[in-house]
Amino acid sequence: MINREGLHYTKEHEWLSIDGDIATVGITEYAAEKLGDIVFVDLPKVGSSTTYMKICGEIESTKSVGELYAPVDGEIVEVNDVVSGNPELVNHDPFGAGWLIKIRFTELPVLLTHEEYAALTGEG
Amino acid sequence: MFLGPVLTPRLGVMKSIPLRDKHAALGASFTDFGGWEMPVRYSSDLAEHHAVREAAGLFDISHMGELFVEGKDAAAFLDYALVGAASEIAIGRAKYSLICNEAGGIIDDLIVYRLGQNAYLVVANASNREAVAKALVERCSSFDAVVTDESDAWALLAIQGPSSVRVLSKITSAPLLELKYYAISEAEIAGVNCLLARTGYTGEDGFEIYIPVESAGKVFDEIIAAGSDQGLLPTGLACRDTLRLEAGMPLYGHEMNLDVNPYQAGFGKVVRLDKPGDFVGKKALTELSNAKPEKVLVGIVGEGKRAARADYEVFVEGSESVIGVVTSGALSPTLGFPVAMAYLNADFAHVDTPISVDIRGAKTPFTVVKLPFYKRAN
Repeated sequence: MINREGLHYTKEHEWLSIDGDIATVGITEYAAEKLGDIVFVDLPKVGSSTTYMKICGEIESTKSVGELYAPVDGEIVEVNDVVSGNPELVNHDPFGAGWLIKIRFTELPVLLTHEEYAALTGEG
Repeated sequence: MFLGPVLTPRLGVMKSIPLRDKHAALGASFTDFGGWEMPVRYSSDLAEHHAVREAAGLFDISHMGELFVEGKDAAAFLDYALVGAASEIAIGRAKYSLICNEAGGIIDDLIVYRLGQNAYLVVANASNREAVAKALVERCSSFDAVVTDESDAWALLAIQGPSSVRVLSKITSAPLLELKYYAISEAEIAGVNCLLARTGYTGEDGFEIYIPVESAGKVFDEIIAAGSDQGLLPTGLACRDTLRLEAGMPLYGHEMNLDVNPYQAGFGKVVRLDKPGDFVGKKALTELSNAKPEKVLVGIVGEGKRAARADYEVFVEGSESVIGVVTSGALSPTLGFPVAMAYLNADFAHVDTPISVDIRGAKTPFTVVKLPFYKRAN
């Protein structure tokens, strides 16, 4: 079970778990709930590069489309192929089995703490 | 992750339906629909969608407008005000109709129930309730008929799905199986005198129940309780939209608006040019009926999982020529592939025509098909 307090967040409702120079990225439970049932996830290819705040993927629910913004500059080292076949995992376990991508980053931008993100979404 | 504007409703400026707090207690999240704070989902859009297809769902659609028309000339007045022939509706039956302006543009789509020789119930979309009421009042000046907007006095619940009869039969002795499709009758449901209609907006069997506001909570609670062992779920507008889309049913504001005429929308047969006397829009609609429409509403289907959504442009396959625009679309929960409705240049609107849709920069192949996408067995 991931400790949500220890994660980093973005205003775009992504979470990051940092391990050395690798960031595991997913979307928050708040975002997943707002989207509704997720039915399609389009993730970048392993080896592709990411640019901070550039779109690198899409998450579609029955009702709407959410764009996944790269939270760091870097290179995609792994994508969650299980989620591509089972997009509902993003709803069921957004902080665990529903993770999306791993990025090897060069530098971490300023990210939100759990408290700051909770304040942003109005959820404590 | 960008959460679009539909996900940040301006709570506080919206009107509330009478049972709003019951929905909140059942875990509903809400959205702004036509100025109303409406339950969009309770748990899962997909689970609610499948419940309606396989068992039953209960929608609260109390935002809809109930306009009663009564008087000696009620039938003649509605024949003049609407494009259909209300005078031909048998007592206790209903017809789908449209109210158009003089240019033939659609003000709203309606269900017209005939309650008596000189009494009708006209049900309008929530967002058009005022416009329809205003148009009806203006049009009735030379008729012996009175239009009353009773929307605030009525709640409207829709139980939809193959188990609807089984669930309702637990709380009413009304002869449910005798009530035909598009028929309406007075009925006591959960001890409350209601108007019970076999109509809906999901493509399934089901009922719409018009209930005096003060008793709506009792009926709602009893249906939920009666359905608890029948797979019935409270269902929100998110699944209502995918259900009606699969059933090929138009939604005002998407497939219809003032700039669309009935012939473009596929409702030429609803316009009764042959009925006696004049009606609002007759001159324009007569001309339009003789001309080939420039654009027509079609169904399109794609492969894979990426949905064509409202406002996406449609192209000739392998070309940069725009031939239309998507009005509603989703990954069909029942069928598993993308379905959409679109207005296309009539030259490209034939069944089996290959087209492409620009899905956020990627031209994606689709094919024109006959509507509806989904039709229930039997």
